[in-house]
Amino acid sequence: MRLAERLFKQTGFYTLVTALVIFATWPFYWMLITAFKTEHDLYNLESIPYIFNEPPTMQHVNWLFDRTEFARWLWNSLVIGVLVAGITLLVAVPAGYALARMAGRYAESLGIGIFLTYLVPPTLLFIPLSPIISRLGLQDSLWALVVIYPTFTVPFCTWLMMGFFKTIPRELEEAALVDGQNRLGAFVHVVIPLSMSGIFTVVIFAFTLSMQEFVYALTFVSSTAQKTVTVGVPTDLMRGDLFLWGSLMAAALIAGIPMAIVYNLFLDRFVAGITGGAIR
Amino acid sequence: MAVVARESGSARFRYLLDRVEVLGPVFMAPAILYMVAFLGLPFLLAIYFSLTDITINNIQTGFSFVGLENFIGLFRDRIFRQALRNTLIFAIASQLLAMILGQVTALILMQDFRGKTIVRVAILLPWAVPIALGVLGWKWMFDSLYSIINWTLQAFHILGPDQWPQWLGTSNLAMISVIVVHAWKAFPFVAVIFLGAMTAIPQDIIDAARVDGAGFWRRTFQVNVPIIAPIVSVGVIFGTVFAFTDMSVVWLLTKGGPVNSTQVLGSYAFQVGIVSGDIGQGAATSLFLVPILMVAMVLTLRAMRRREL
Repeated sequence: MRLAERLFKQTGFYTLVTALVIFATWPFYWMLITAFKTEHDLYNLESIPYIFNEPPTMQHVNWLFDRTEFARWLWNSLVIGVLVAGITLLVAVPAGYALARMAGRYAESLGIGIFLTYLVPPTLLFIPLSPIISRLGLQDSLWALVVIYPTFTVPFCTWLMMGFFKTIPRELEEAALVDGQNRLGAFVHVVIPLSMSGIFTVVIFAFTLSMQEFVYALTFVSSTAQKTVTVGVPTDLMRGDLFLWGSLMAAALIAGIPMAIVYNLFLDRFVAGITGGAIR
Repeated sequence: MAVVARESGSARFRYLLDRVEVLGPVFMAPAILYMVAFLGLPFLLAIYFSLTDITINNIQTGFSFVGLENFIGLFRDRIFRQALRNTLIFAIASQLLAMILGQVTALILMQDFRGKTIVRVAILLPWAVPIALGVLGWKWMFDSLYSIINWTLQAFHILGPDQWPQWLGTSNLAMISVIVVHAWKAFPFVAVIFLGAMTAIPQDIIDAARVDGAGFWRRTFQVNVPIIAPIVSVGVIFGTVFAFTDMSVVWLLTKGGPVNSTQVLGSYAFQVGIVSGDIGQGAATSLFLVPILMVAMVLTLRAMRRREL
């Protein structure tokens, strides 16, 4: 009786796990199969679509790199990601430190205020931002995105850095002050070296968030050569009625999976930032 | 003389760098200037534009103040009213579905079982892959001719041999599709937030409650929920705001169609303000997201206060 009950519970548990895993990964499996199927196999309704009925092919991947601007889009995304991470670092690290140690009695309200701006969605600001971007002479240029993306990376990164700096004991800086360093010197020579793991988190966070962004990129960049990978693939590769599904899926996988892996690396820190735990 | 002057100058500089009242604002300035220039200013511009007849054509030559005409026009606009309704349905349904799936996932990932690491990575994929690329997979799964979903349902005899639903081509199915895909994208986030919160419950509190004779329901609702709630609420609020304001899933799958049956506020603002170039009307449309945002911000503040920073 007990054994039967346990067996029943176990089976139920694993059924649930399997169902969730299938739901989460079904599109990715289908993308993977599609990306390497021959055209003929792909559009043949008679055979089982989940397996390769004809030997796998590299033709879609080759087409993607030879005949489209896919490599260019990947490069653009990468450049934007690196530049945005750099800007975020320069802006968010000092701000986080000021909020943790120096901003006086308004520090907490100011910190929460900056954190809340992370909630402001692109769909609220994309319309008024476009004349500003034109005024700056950045219309239809990836530089527009380099300028705009810090608006959502800086708030969260400032918040993360503030939490991080609070975990560093004040005594260490005070010792440096006693040794004749000024405040800035103590920050550069004592606090920064101790904060490398927090700074690394902020860099990865800003980098992946800007690589993933879609709505601003769709709004502000329209010429093929300036597109990011998240916009180039669903717009340039999906023109007209005939979609080249093999190449589309190959593009989504090649760009998406590495980004997902990087994202997973700092996931726990991101969650700690939202749930209020300190990152270490 | 010169040497003395330079020395006192650098001493003065050193002195300034020692002053916390000086260094603090200097450190804060770039962040605040950035937010004012690229969040504050555009927000005020949005309000200003929404009160004018500005379009992509008259932006250089001059446009005029029209008062609340754009907003009155919106309420007369049948598509806008539909977008408003769709936004409510889409956001609430997809967020609810994501919460249910996310909680189940969190409960599962609390257990120890073989292959847990792999399961965790697999379940997190929808959230970790960029939305524009993950949703493309669904677009292909919903294909009108080669839908793998239809093929599978037929293989399991859930659909008859001559049934072939057009997932993105019929109003109700299209709405269901965008809701499910958004929930698919969002549920891993809910799961990790819940997991983070549940591991925050101190084991001795659970043990103490158990020793005191609290049963499963009492432990859940009088011990666990009060501890978890302030922690998860920020994550839940973020998810809800995202569901209300996002246009990615809708734009990528249906572009608001068929016949505006999946049009939401974000995608309609994009359609009117960016694609058609009616900046004033578009700005007015997206301003309807502000009340949602305000509520979300107030709730976040409350949650953070309760959590005691």
